[in-house]
Amino acid sequence: MSTGPEPHPKARPVRSLVSRVLGTVFVILLLGGVLVAGSTWWNGQQAARQAYDRILVGAASDIAESIRVQRGAPLVDLPVSAFQLLAQAPEDRIYYAVIGPGGQLVTGVDPDHRITAPARGGAPVRFFDDMLDGEPARFVILTRRFVERDFSGPVDVVVGQTLRARKAMTRDLVIDALLPLALAGIVMIGIAFLVIRSALAPLGALIEDLSHRDPYDLTPMPTERLPRELQVMLGAMNRFMQRLDTQVEAMRNLISDTAHQLRTPVAAIRVHAETAMSDPEEEARGRALDRLALRTRSLGTLLDQLLSRALVIHRTDSMPRTLVDLREIALEIMERDDSAVLAPGAELRLEIGEDPVLVRADAFSLAEAARNLLGNALSHGEAPIVIGAAEEDGQAVLWVQDSGPGPEDQVIARLGARFNRNAGTREQSTGIGLSIVTSVAAAFDGRVEMTRRPDGFRAALIFPMVPDTMREDA
Amino acid sequence: MLRLFLVVLALLGLSHAGAAQEMTARFGSGATPFLVRSTTDVAIIRPVMERFAALNPEIAITYEQWGSNGLFDQSRAECRDGTPGADAVLSSAVQQMVWLVNAACAQPYRSAETAALPTTRRWRDELWGVTIEPAVIAYNKRLLPVDEVPRSRFALLDALRERPQVFHNRIATYDIAESGLGFLFAYSDSLEATTFGGLLEGFARVDAVATCCSAEIISGVANGRYVMAYNVLGSYVANANEPDVGMILPEDYTLLLSRGYMIPKGAARADIAARLLDYLLGPEAQRLLVQAGLVTEMDDTEPALAVSARRYIALSPTLLVARDANRRTLLLQFWSDTFRQAAFP
Repeated sequence: MSTGPEPHPKARPVRSLVSRVLGTVFVILLLGGVLVAGSTWWNGQQAARQAYDRILVGAASDIAESIRVQRGAPLVDLPVSAFQLLAQAPEDRIYYAVIGPGGQLVTGVDPDHRITAPARGGAPVRFFDDMLDGEPARFVILTRRFVERDFSGPVDVVVGQTLRARKAMTRDLVIDALLPLALAGIVMIGIAFLVIRSALAPLGALIEDLSHRDPYDLTPMPTERLPRELQVMLGAMNRFMQRLDTQVEAMRNLISDTAHQLRTPVAAIRVHAETAMSDPEEEARGRALDRLALRTRSLGTLLDQLLSRALVIHRTDSMPRTLVDLREIALEIMERDDSAVLAPGAELRLEIGEDPVLVRADAFSLAEAARNLLGNALSHGEAPIVIGAAEEDGQAVLWVQDSGPGPEDQVIARLGARFNRNAGTREQSTGIGLSIVTSVAAAFDGRVEMTRRPDGFRAALIFPMVPDTMREDA
Repeated sequence: MLRLFLVVLALLGLSHAGAAQEMTARFGSGATPFLVRSTTDVAIIRPVMERFAALNPEIAITYEQWGSNGLFDQSRAECRDGTPGADAVLSSAVQQMVWLVNAACAQPYRSAETAALPTTRRWRDELWGVTIEPAVIAYNKRLLPVDEVPRSRFALLDALRERPQVFHNRIATYDIAESGLGFLFAYSDSLEATTFGGLLEGFARVDAVATCCSAEIISGVANGRYVMAYNVLGSYVANANEPDVGMILPEDYTLLLSRGYMIPKGAARADIAARLLDYLLGPEAQRLLVQAGLVTEMDDTEPALAVSARRYIALSPTLLVARDANRRTLLLQFWSDTFRQAAFP
């Protein structure tokens, strides 16, 4: 079904629409998931940090409370409660130190191991991160100031803890938040898959239909119950197929018409030629040659008409329509000297007004149709002959009128058929000419009207007028 | 008199501290050397180690018996210097073990056996309590009739008050300045109840003897030098095999100690240490430890100790308080002040 070029052998395999849309949905969900995971992780980390920082401060305050001054020196009765608090993070190692005003250690977990706190700031409670025996840890430093008779100055309490509990809490928070999200994501992908598949189901049916279609089958495809977008596409395709169908049909008609039309005159020419060759009498041979010449000329006219008709049918189907002034067509016909060939000396008149008579059509086809009408009038009608273009009752009319009575009613009734010649009619027939006229009329939404009038017979092409508003874009 | 005793013991202790291991035993004769350092008497743990050596013939176990402070100093020095030392350390001074783990001197290990331990008996998957040993009141069955035996600390306080002549200078307890284990028990007592202060005063009034070393105390009880000994490790009483020495698990509360097992960071054969740990926690070794008196099934004691009275000394960072210099000074001060006030009213 594809009209595009064949995929290059090295090119990647063409992905299906479902996989493409689903892939995009997946990527969007994944990106969203990564963003949410990042923010959840950050939030979890903040929450864990706050929670365990409070524990650190609580423990440090407990220890600071337990400092008392004895014999002019600070002494710490280390409270068990502080360590029970720190044991809320049961898997974490602990650091503590109580440091006097001169930087001397009052007590600590390990006198040989000092964590140096960052420079003293204004805040009474300060947090900092450092390593504790090769493991990252979080510390708090809390200052209590003593003003006693025998001792005064700040005493710093440093309490620190490794980060296992914080990490565990962060991890738990993240997992608790992400598990439902991951499940929701999976469900959403599932739903997206179902939705996309059901939305693309008509396309699948269409593809199935197209892939099983006979390439010679140019009947339109059913468009009902299809989504609008697909209807547009399918409508365009149907129109295309219809045009193809029409062209094929027109070609077939042309071939059969041509064959049909040419068979008789060619046979007649052969007979005349043979007669001329075989007749021993000079006079009879001369007559036969005359007839042969007449026949040949008539055949030429017929061929012109056939070609003209083929051209008109082709053009009406394929040429873009433009704004055409019918008066110009009438003028053009007048100025061509075909009439002089057909009926020398015939009287011709032009009857046009001052306002343009605009129709949307193909100028060449209109001229061909008008020329055929004129040709018919010259051949079968009586002079004088009038060509005119005018607006009548809101319709654009291009007409040819002769002064004769016109053809018989039954001939008028049959006008417009593809060809209405029988074997007995003359080659200079109106049949093909009128079929061109009716074809052109039909192609541009118009019609052919034959009327007997008191002053003669009028054949007219009637088209819808182009509304004034549309004339601008001519 | 007590002070004089303390001074003498302190001097003895100092001279003792410089020494390395007290005793070395070897089990198995395999190609892979494996060094265990422990405060547990070789004689008590021998069956367990022999069995482990038999199960692992490729190992040659060197079992060094240390004093708790010496073992701690040695382990801390090795941890700081990064020099390889023992492959496994087993100590009854669990506050020191907790300190070592807190100083990142241990390496973690996890198995089904360690995971089965209650949380009071493991910390960070780096320290495990392999035994259950109660702190008991030992008494001389000949000197103290069954109906006069105090079954709780309150009864003991009453007895001290009512019959001081019976107990005068004939109650023994660990000198907490000298014995790490004694300090741990005293520290735990001080956390546990207000009876601690009263008990110390009572001990001081009857001129109790604060002395060193489980063996001496138990033999003193056995030969009638002491009527009673407070806070003696039950496993030592059980192993002393003295028919005259009775044992009481105080009904108000009984402290339960689990010896701490640790795999040092620098252990050369941490894999074997882990294997030994799993073996010690396994059913066979636990049965052997029960026989050795190192594991006391609380439900099997007579009478059964109420669950509410069981006070496990939990392996947790809270024990860091017990090693704090200030806290130790204060407790020792309280201890000696109480004794001095009573001794010199």
